[in-house]
Amino acid sequence: MKDNFTTINEDYKYGFSNPEDYLYKAPAGLNEDVVRAISAMKHEPEWMLEFRLKSYKKFMEMPMPWWGNQEIINAIDFSKIHYFVKAKGGTTWDDVPTDIKDTFEKLGIPEAERKFLGGVTAQYESEVVYHSMKKEFADQGIVFLDMDSALKEYPELVKRYFGTVIPFTDNKFAALNSAVWSGGSFIYVPKGTRVDTPLQAYFRINAKNMGQFERTLIIADEASDVHYIEGCTAPSYSADSLHAAVVELVALDGAKIRYSTIQNWSNNVLNLVTKRAAAYRNAVVEWVDGNIGSKLTMKYPAVLLKGEGAHGEILTVAMAGNGQHQDSGAKVFHLASNTTSRIISKSISKGKGRASYRGWVKTIPGAENCVSDVRCDALMFGDESRSDTYPRMEIYEPSTKLTHEATVSRVQDDQLFYLMNRGLSETEASSLIVNGFLEPFTKELPMEYAVELNRLVALEMDGSIG
Amino acid sequence: MSLLSIRNFSVSIENKEILHDLSMEVEADTLTVVMGKNGTGKSTLAYALMGHPAYKVPSGEAIFNGEPIVGMAADKIAKMGMFLGFQQPVEVPGVTVVKFLQTATRALNGGELNYDIFQEELLTVLEKLGIDQSFLYRYLNDGFSGGEKKRLEILQLLMLKPKLAILDEPDSGLDVDAMKVVAEGINMARKNGTAILLITHYKRLLNYLNPDRVIVLADGTLARDGGMELADKIESDGYDFLTSRIS
Ligand SMILES: Nc1ncnc2c1ncn2[C@@H]1O[C@H](COP(=O)(O)OP(=O)(O)OP(=O)(O)O)[C@@H](O)[C@H]1O
Ligand SMILES: [Mg+2]
Repeated sequence: MKDNFTTINEDYKYGFSNPEDYLYKAPAGLNEDVVRAISAMKHEPEWMLEFRLKSYKKFMEMPMPWWGNQEIINAIDFSKIHYFVKAKGGTTWDDVPTDIKDTFEKLGIPEAERKFLGGVTAQYESEVVYHSMKKEFADQGIVFLDMDSALKEYPELVKRYFGTVIPFTDNKFAALNSAVWSGGSFIYVPKGTRVDTPLQAYFRINAKNMGQFERTLIIADEASDVHYIEGCTAPSYSADSLHAAVVELVALDGAKIRYSTIQNWSNNVLNLVTKRAAAYRNAVVEWVDGNIGSKLTMKYPAVLLKGEGAHGEILTVAMAGNGQHQDSGAKVFHLASNTTSRIISKSISKGKGRASYRGWVKTIPGAENCVSDVRCDALMFGDESRSDTYPRMEIYEPSTKLTHEATVSRVQDDQLFYLMNRGLSETEASSLIVNGFLEPFTKELPMEYAVELNRLVALEMDGSIG
Repeated sequence: MSLLSIRNFSVSIENKEILHDLSMEVEADTLTVVMGKNGTGKSTLAYALMGHPAYKVPSGEAIFNGEPIVGMAADKIAKMGMFLGFQQPVEVPGVTVVKFLQTATRALNGGELNYDIFQEELLTVLEKLGIDQSFLYRYLNDGFSGGEKKRLEILQLLMLKPKLAILDEPDSGLDVDAMKVVAEGINMARKNGTAILLITHYKRLLNYLNPDRVIVLADGTLARDGGMELADKIESDGYDFLTSRIS
C-alpha cells in the first residue's frame, strides 16, 4: 500500500502563532553578559549567578554529544538563538494578556485544570505566565511553584537539591540549560503526603528562533506520592527553535514520583532534554514519556537507584513521522542491592522518519540481586522508515538478573487490508494498529491523556487514499 | 439485476495472470459455493473483488449493486456492503475484539454507533455462536487458535450484516462442533439477508447448508456451473473429471 501520510507540519493543530509582544527579549547570541542579565533581571542570589557563570564556561568548552543525530546538532547556530524572552504574565487567569490566554484556551488549559488537575502552571516563552494550585494542597504544605519563584521563596530547599541529580557538567545541553535556565516547575511534597490529583505544567514556545530552557525540580519527601504531567507545543516556523530542558527528580525513602510527558512540539523544534531521577531506599520513580513532535528529540529519562529496594520504571513512546528523528530511550543505574527496574520502549516510524532506541542499564559490583527488564518494540510503516536500537548493558555484579527483548515489525499490507475490509479507511486502520501497539503505554496514562494521545496518533496517521 | 456481476474478469499478481476471463453472476439471497483445486485462484478472486491493492485487474469488470468496483479502495467496497471472511485472518495486537467491532460498526454506519443496540446484538450473537464474553477483551486474532479465528470471522459477519459475504474456507481446520457453529452462523447471516459466496474444499459444511448453486474453478477460470451434484462428484472422485473427456 503506498505510503502517503501527510507530514505533521501540514496538520499540526498547535501551529498557530501570536504576534510577538514582549516585555523583554534578549538579543540573539550567548555571552557572559546575557547570562548576567538573565540573573540580574530575576534578582537572583549570588550563588545562582555563580552557578550560571561556571555552567556557561563549561558549555563553551564541552564538545557536542557523540550520540544522537550529529548532522543536526552540529548545525545548531548558537549565535542566532534568543536565550531569554519575557512575555507579559499575570497571577490570576484574568490578568494574563488576551493573546496568551487565547493560546492556552486553544490548548485546553486551564480547561484541563478545571477538569481534574490539582494544580497547573503555564509557561510562555521563558517564564511562567499563569499558575494555580488547589487550596487544600497548599494547606498540606505542598509546594508547587515556578522555579524562579521557588528560588525566591524556598532558597534553602532549592539550593540543597538544585543540580545534584544532573550536574552542570553532565552534557553540553545540560550545561547550556544550567547557564541560561528560566522557568520550569518546582515541587516539594512533605513527608507522608499524597497528592491525589496530578499537578501539571504546560510549555509553549511562541517567538521565532527562541530557546526555551526550563528547569524542573521535584522533591518527594519520605513516603510521599506525587504525579506530575507536562505537555509542550510550539508554532511551526521555518527556523528551528531549541528546547533544552533539565528535569531533576528526587524521591526520598519510600516516596513515589510519576512524571508523565506528552511532547508534541512542532516539526522545527530541537528537543534536547536531560531528565534524571534519584530514587532512595524503597522509593519508586516512573517516567512515562511520549514523544510525538519535534524535528529531533534526544531524550533518555534516567533513574539512579541509590537506595536498597528502589524501583525505576521507564515507559517511552516515540513517533517519528516524515523528516523527524526521535532518538530516545532510557537509562537505569542500579547502585544499591535489591533494586529493580523495567523499561518499555515503543517506537513508530513512518515515511522517512527515524526512531532510535538508546538504552543503558548498569549494575555496580556489590549491588546484589538487582532485576532489570528491558523491552523495546518498533513498528514501521512503508519501506523508507528507519528504526535502530542501541542497547548498552554494563553488568558488573554477577547476581544481576537482566532480560532484554526487542521486536521490530513492519505493518503489513495484509493488516491494513483486513481492517479496511471491515470499513475502516487507511488512516483509521493505521491509527488502530498504532493504538494497539501503544496499548501498554496508554493504559498507564490518565484517561484524558490517553484520549489525547490517541487523537494525536490519528492526526499523525492522517492521509488520504489516492 | 444481479447483486454481483463479474464480466471477463482477469486478475494478475506480480505480473503473473492468475484468473483469466472469468464471468459469473451472483444473485441476492443466494448461497453460491465455489470449489476448485489448491492454487486455482479462489482466494485471488476474493481478494481482487475486495480491492486488495496487490491484486491487479488488467481486464474485465465487476459490478456490485449496480456500481463498478474495480480500482476502488477496500474500505469503499466494504461500505457498499461487501465482506470477506478471511482464509487466514490477520492478527492485530493490542486492539481488543470489542473495540475493533465498535470501530468497524461505526465506520460502516456513517460514523454513528448506538451502544445499546450494539451491545444487545453482540450479546445475542455471542450466545448463538457459543463464544465466551471474555473473547471480547482479547486482542484481535492475537494468539487465537485456528478455530477461534474462524468463529470470530463469523461473529463479524453477523454483526456487520453485509449484502454479500465472500467466505474463504470458513471450515478449514475446524472440529465437528465448530463446523456446526459456523454453519449455523452462515444460516443466520442468510436470514439477515446476506448473500453468500462460499469457498470450500469439502462437502461436510455444505451438508448443514442449503446451497443454491455450486461452481468449480479450474486453471483460473470457470470450469463447471451446477448444483450439489458437483460437490458430490468432487468428494467421491476428486477433480479428475474436469479434465477427463468422458465426464
Ligand atoms: N501474494 C502472492 N504472491 C505471489 N503469488 C500469489 C500470491 N497470492 C496468490 N498467488 C498465487 O496465485 C495462485 C492462486 O492462489 P490462490 O491463493 O488464489 O489459490 P486458492 O484457489 O485460494 O488455493 P487454496 O485452495 O490452496 O486456498 C497460486 O499459484 C498462488 O501461488
Ligand atoms: Mg485460498
